[in-house]
Amino acid sequence: MFGMNGYQFYWSIVWDSLPLLLAGAWVTIQITILAFIVGTLIAMPMAVARQQGEGWAYRFSTWWVELSRNTPAVFQLYLFYFGLGAFHINIPSYAAVLISVSFNNAGYMTEIFRGGLNAIPRQQLSASRSLGMTSPQSFIHVIFPQMFKVIFLAYVTQGIWGMLNTSLGMLVGLQELSGATQYAQSASFRTFEFFLVTALIYYLIAKGLQFSSHLAFRLIYRS
Amino acid sequence: MQFQFANQGLAWSDAYFLAQGLLNTVRLAAAATLVGTLAGIVLGWLRTVSMTVRIATAPFIDILRSVPMIIQLILANSLLSILGFGTSPFWFGTVALGAWMSAVTAEVVRASLLSVPVQYRKSARSLGMNGYQELLYISMPLAFRTGLAPWIGLVLSLIKDSALAGVVGYIEYMRSTQILITRTHETWLLLMGAGLFYFLICYPVSRYSRHLERKVRV
Repeated sequence: MFGMNGYQFYWSIVWDSLPLLLAGAWVTIQITILAFIVGTLIAMPMAVARQQGEGWAYRFSTWWVELSRNTPAVFQLYLFYFGLGAFHINIPSYAAVLISVSFNNAGYMTEIFRGGLNAIPRQQLSASRSLGMTSPQSFIHVIFPQMFKVIFLAYVTQGIWGMLNTSLGMLVGLQELSGATQYAQSASFRTFEFFLVTALIYYLIAKGLQFSSHLAFRLIYRS
Repeated sequence: MQFQFANQGLAWSDAYFLAQGLLNTVRLAAAATLVGTLAGIVLGWLRTVSMTVRIATAPFIDILRSVPMIIQLILANSLLSILGFGTSPFWFGTVALGAWMSAVTAEVVRASLLSVPVQYRKSARSLGMNGYQELLYISMPLAFRTGLAPWIGLVLSLIKDSALAGVVGYIEYMRSTQILITRTHETWLLLMGAGLFYFLICYPVSRYSRHLERKVRV
C-alpha cells in the first residue's frame, strides 16, 4: 500500500466485487456480439443500396449512415431510451443499448462494406448472374465473401468500437461492465480502484475480440 | 402553497442555459483538440524516428484506444483529484479527451510521415538540407496533405465524445439537454435540438473531409 497526497489505495474491496464486475463483463460481451451481428446483417443490404446511388433504398441508407456517423453515440442511445419513452414505448435498458449500438454499428459498417464492394471488379457480379444465380445468391456466394476479406481489419476495429460504445449502458442504468462498476463502487466510493480494474477488463475484452477474430479470419480464409 | 411543481415547462431562460452548454462543448472540444494535436504531433514524430520511444509508448496508445472514453473520463477525474491537481470538470475533460486525441493523432502523424517516399527525403538531404530542414520543408508539408483528412475525422470523434464529459460533472450541450429533459419532460424537442446541434457541426465537416480525401488521392 502506498499513499498519494494522503490517499490510501485499497484494492481488496475491488477483489471482493470481482464476481459482480465479471457478470457485467459478460453482459458487455453479449451486447457486443449481438450488436456486431445485427449491425452486419443490416449493413450488407445497405452497402449494396448505397452503391447503387439512386432510389428509395439509397436515400434510406444514406440517412441512416449520416445520422449514425454525425451524432454522438450517447445521443443515439438517449433517442432510443428516453425518446421512445416519451411515446410511452418503454423498452428495457438492455434493449435500448443493443438497438443503439447496432444502429451505430450498421451505419459505420455500411461505409466500410461500400469501400470493400468498390474494390471488387464489376464483372464478378455479371459473371455470377450469367451463371444463373439470382442477385441475392451472387452477393451471398460470390461478392460478400470477397468483400469481407478486403475490409477485415476495419470491420474488426468497428466491432471493438461497438464494444466501447456498450459502456454507455451505464448512463441508462444497465449493469454491463461500466454500470456494474458504477454500482459496485457506490458502496465505498473507491472510484479510482474500481474503474482502473474495469479499464483493465475492457482492455482484455478488446484484445480477446481482436485475437479471436483474427483466428476466425485465418480459419475461414485459410491464409 | 410554498412549493413549486418540479415539472416546469420550457422557458426562454432555458435557451440561455442551453447556449452555455453549447459554449462549454465548444470550449472543451477546442482545448482538447489543441492539447491533443500538439502532443500527438510530437509523439508521432518521436515514434517515427526512435525505436525506443516507439516501444515505450506503444502500450499508452494501445490502452487509450481499447478503453471506453467514459471510463477514461472517470479515471482522469478520480486520479487527478487524488493527486491534488484541481477539481475543475473542464480540466478533467480536457485531460481525458486530450490524452486520447494525442494517442490517435500520433498514429496519424506517424503513418503520414512514413507515407513520404524515402527518395524525396534522400534527395532533400543530398541537396544539402540538414535533417531538421528536410523535416520542416519536405516531410511535414507532404505528410500534412495525407494526414489532414484522417485528422479531421479524429476531431469529429472528439467532438462527439465530448458529449460524455457530463459524467465528470461538466455541463456541456448533451448534459444540459438531459438536465432540461429531466425537468421539463420536453424529451423530443430537446433531443432533436441536441441531435441537430451535433449534426450541423459534424456533417459539413465530414463532407469536406471526404472531398479533401478525394482531392489528395488524385
